[in-house]
Amino acid sequence: MSGVTAIMRRELWSYFVTPVAYVFMVIFLVMAGVLTFYTGDFYDRGLADLQPFFDMHPWLYLVLVPAVTMSMWAEERASGTLELLFSLPVSISQAVLGKFLAAWAFIGICLLLTFPIWITVNYLGDPDNGVILAGYVGSWLMAGAFIAIGTCMSTATRSQIIAFILTAAVCFLLLLAGQPQVLDFFQDAVPPRAIGALGQISISRHANAIARGVLDLRDLVYFFATIVAWLAASVVVLDLKRTR
Amino acid sequence: MIETDRLTRCYGPLIAVDALTLRAEPGQVLGLLGPNGAGKSTAMRMIAGFLAPTSGTARVCGHDVRKEPLAAKRALGYLPEGAPSYGEMTIREFLVFMVRVRGLDRDIAFRRFDEVVMRLELEDVLEQTIGTLSKGLRRRVGLAQAILHDPPVLMLDEPTDGLDPNQKHSVRMLIDAMARERTILISTHLLEEVHALCNRVAIIANGRLLADATPAELEARSRYHGAVSFSAAGSGVSREMLARIPNVASVEVDPLDGRVTVFPRNSQPILEEVQALLRTQNLEVSEIQLEQGRLDEVFRQITTQPRGAQA
Repeated sequence: MSGVTAIMRRELWSYFVTPVAYVFMVIFLVMAGVLTFYTGDFYDRGLADLQPFFDMHPWLYLVLVPAVTMSMWAEERASGTLELLFSLPVSISQAVLGKFLAAWAFIGICLLLTFPIWITVNYLGDPDNGVILAGYVGSWLMAGAFIAIGTCMSTATRSQIIAFILTAAVCFLLLLAGQPQVLDFFQDAVPPRAIGALGQISISRHANAIARGVLDLRDLVYFFATIVAWLAASVVVLDLKRTR
Repeated sequence: MIETDRLTRCYGPLIAVDALTLRAEPGQVLGLLGPNGAGKSTAMRMIAGFLAPTSGTARVCGHDVRKEPLAAKRALGYLPEGAPSYGEMTIREFLVFMVRVRGLDRDIAFRRFDEVVMRLELEDVLEQTIGTLSKGLRRRVGLAQAILHDPPVLMLDEPTDGLDPNQKHSVRMLIDAMARERTILISTHLLEEVHALCNRVAIIANGRLLADATPAELEARSRYHGAVSFSAAGSGVSREMLARIPNVASVEVDPLDGRVTVFPRNSQPILEEVQALLRTQNLEVSEIQLEQGRLDEVFRQITTQPRGAQA
């Protein structure tokens, strides 16, 4: 276990000694604010809640999470430190978990720093803070799913740019999969059962429920399963790369 | 102790390491010697657990790298080729990370940290960022990392590459000092290093083990072993007279500086006979030397012979 925490600490620390963390935080916080107030009709809705704020999160994560995860493994491979890491008494799954937790904690910190919007909504009205808390937890879980996907893409290549694009593409597809337009498009070609399944694997369907502040067990299971599956895939990819 | 048992690694159709069987005991410094691309680094990467063997296996202190990789890695200190490390960290941060990730006991770790920093003379640069360090310093940081947990087995891939002569000397002193109770495997393509460090040499080329002997045994394979060479004023010495000495196989004269080398037949001692002849000829010999054998010549001879010529 000391291996997981040591790697997590090192990774988290490395975000903050390079400009990555600060650039990311500034962009994330500015975008979250701008999108909520302009695109999300925060005022005109006349409701004291944070739904417009959480509605924007999947799209923010789509662009920003790949930027955090792209270097996670690709850089280790490119700079040769992967050899050092794998010669340490740490299993591949421990290393994957450590790095994942670091990125997840980092996004968590960014989410916490959006607290002014929570203060704002409490100042303006009388929102249901339980719903808001659920929204935050759900958003963080969704970020975890994005990070797990990014982790896997980063293990597959030594190029950070490829890792970024692959992650963004996969996340985009998973977001799109649940959109009515996409489901309608497949309406005639695929049996209804498959349409239902397509809708279920989509991130946006589960994200919508979360944005409303509903923490359904099925959504939680969905995000946890996504995280576990993509992290397991990362371990498999890293292990496969040892053999060829 | 390091053992490899028919360790093999293929990259597609290319066989990088071909059924390599080696064994190094505590107290031994085994030098893996071979031309570039011989498979030295690939073999080490498999022992370190970075690469999985295609077939065969390796054991570190009895722990099979395939079955108990973590136990094997705990017993091993490894300096990868080029001494990679995290460029954005300072030396102190990097070494502290290594202490943590290896889960070393706090009190032991503090003592080892100070000891290693002192041994590698890193006290004054502890707070420098690794990315800004010179090649030599980076190599020392890599060495510090490798010996931090006081491992019974050390594996160093080209430990003195890129160091200046003084640094080379101090790294060799360090390895020498640690050799007594440890098993050390180093790879190199520097023949001087073999002389300075190793008490056994394994020569590999094209992934295959071609020779496994002490440096002296290898030198004995050289045709220069037991040869006598001298420089004499004037060109008075007659090659015929030298060649007539019993046990002399041949005589060569360097066309550039006129230095004469007399080769023995079947490694018979010929120094006294040659000296006696020079005395009777009243030659003014400025310098005379009994050759030990030339490793570079043996190395060339072993590594350039066609594949399969030697088992």
